Amino acid sequence: MSPSATALLIILAIVGLGSFIGFRAGVNRRMDLEQWTVAGRGFGVVLVWLLMAGEVYTTFSFLGASGWAYSRGGPTLYILAYLTLAYVVSFYILPQLWETARAQGLQTQSDYFERRYRSKVLAALVAAVGVVFIVPYLQLQLKGMGIIVEVASFSQINHTAAMVIGGALVAGFVFTSGVRAVALVSVLKDVLLLGAALVIGLAIPYHWFGGFGPMFRAIIRAHPTHLTMPGPTHTMGHAWFISTVLLTSLGVYMWPHNFGASFTAKSSDTLRRNAVIMPLYTLLLPLIFFAGFAALLVVPGLKDGDLSLLTVVQRTFPPWFLGVVGGAGALTAMVPSAILILTGSTLFAKNFFRPLFAPTMSDDGVAKLAKVASVVLMAIALLFALSGARTIVALLLLGYAGVTQFFPGVVLGLYWGRASRSGVFSGLVVGIVTVAFLILSRRDPFMGLNAGFVALILNFFVAITISLKTKSNQPGFEKSGHT
Amino acid sequence: MVRKPTWPALLLGLIPFVGMCFTVPLWDRIHPFVAGFPFNLFWLMLWILLTPLCLWGAYQFEKRADSHQSGGRQSGAR
Repeated sequence: MSPSATALLIILAIVGLGSFIGFRAGVNRRMDLEQWTVAGRGFGVVLVWLLMAGEVYTTFSFLGASGWAYSRGGPTLYILAYLTLAYVVSFYILPQLWETARAQGLQTQSDYFERRYRSKVLAALVAAVGVVFIVPYLQLQLKGMGIIVEVASFSQINHTAAMVIGGALVAGFVFTSGVRAVALVSVLKDVLLLGAALVIGLAIPYHWFGGFGPMFRAIIRAHPTHLTMPGPTHTMGHAWFISTVLLTSLGVYMWPHNFGASFTAKSSDTLRRNAVIMPLYTLLLPLIFFAGFAALLVVPGLKDGDLSLLTVVQRTFPPWFLGVVGGAGALTAMVPSAILILTGSTLFAKNFFRPLFAPTMSDDGVAKLAKVASVVLMAIALLFALSGARTIVALLLLGYAGVTQFFPGVVLGLYWGRASRSGVFSGLVVGIVTVAFLILSRRDPFMGLNAGFVALILNFFVAITISLKTKSNQPGFEKSGHT
Repeated sequence: MVRKPTWPALLLGLIPFVGMCFTVPLWDRIHPFVAGFPFNLFWLMLWILLTPLCLWGAYQFEKRADSHQSGGRQSGAR
């Protein structure tokens, strides 16, 4: 068998196995809205770990992190800090959110805003903003999948075919099996990703340089400032680092899919214990960085840093291993894509369409609409990905800056009784408008600070000031059923 | 309102933020190399290991507060 046929066969086998697991996950289960979105709130520490790790380790970690190490150097370290600190943040909010969600029967992030602030309009706004920012994130996953499969199959599958096939498989198993599929496919994905990262991160520095120390010394000799901030960039210094790490670590669990995934846990204690151990998983990322750093010397001058990991792997390993990386990479795009369309479609059907256009729709009707919407959402993201919009990274940064604007509403809602509907609504609008203005007018970083962080400060200020001025209006959860 | 996290637990959570985020000007340098890694990379990897310890401590405080709360309801304390 030719080397490229071997690689292709391995990719197909891995993607096939992953999809089979996904389709099997929902067999013999009645998929009502509660099962589809939060798996009946029955996941223990292991499945919650897999689901959350499955969401956080996306194609951005695989291609983007190595790409940043290659092209931006030192500022890449922000990824290690923000992911670790995101779990710290989650320790103080997810268990409380879970308690609230169980007592109130919440399934989505938008549900939380609806019940806490008793406003369907605020909830619909949160749902709409969430869906808008999910699309570019999904688009990024599909593009990453296209690149990975094309390179790893030695161009036998081009990126268009890879995106269409992968997208169709994901839409298929989400349609039939919901969130359970995502968690179970994550098992295969995480095992492969962990294995691939270990081999890549250890073998490449030893193969080309004889170890980590010699590799880093060689980089410093060739590029003396590459490994510290701001590296080859001019704007990513320490103020940028601090504001970006704060913004993104607060923002990780404000993504509607991450927020919603915590509701699948069996208990709040599951989430707390999960937060204690999750940081260790971040140790996977330095291994991915090493591939990008090595590529800087092994394959210098790449136009697209995102290709650095795959290019250096291709130069270092036999074709069958490239197949494994390709398969793992494809699943790394498919798992987050699955949870993204699941969350986006539920938000659209339950929190946007029903309250605004069909108030009498039953829960079963919402579930049916959400399933159809998941396929439509995938199709929209595919169209964007295929049309090849170049501004994808800008869109993702806009996304992070955008979803973090939910943070004041969530945290003040949990811990501050006076947080009011009008305060949170105004803060959110001010935050989103500031983000859109600063980023679209290319003022990011703004005075050395991440634009989303500037918006978050304004958002907090407005939310608190207006809440303090709202006197009689004391919303909050209804007492019934709340322990 | 849900129960707020306890003060000791919050302070323990602040430690990784100080270590990994606010102190960046102090540790963002290449030398000394530790175990073959530039100092900034080594420092962050060290904190990835230390963070679970901080959260484990916070977990103990939270667990105690939880059992106080549920036990406290019966005895009328808190």
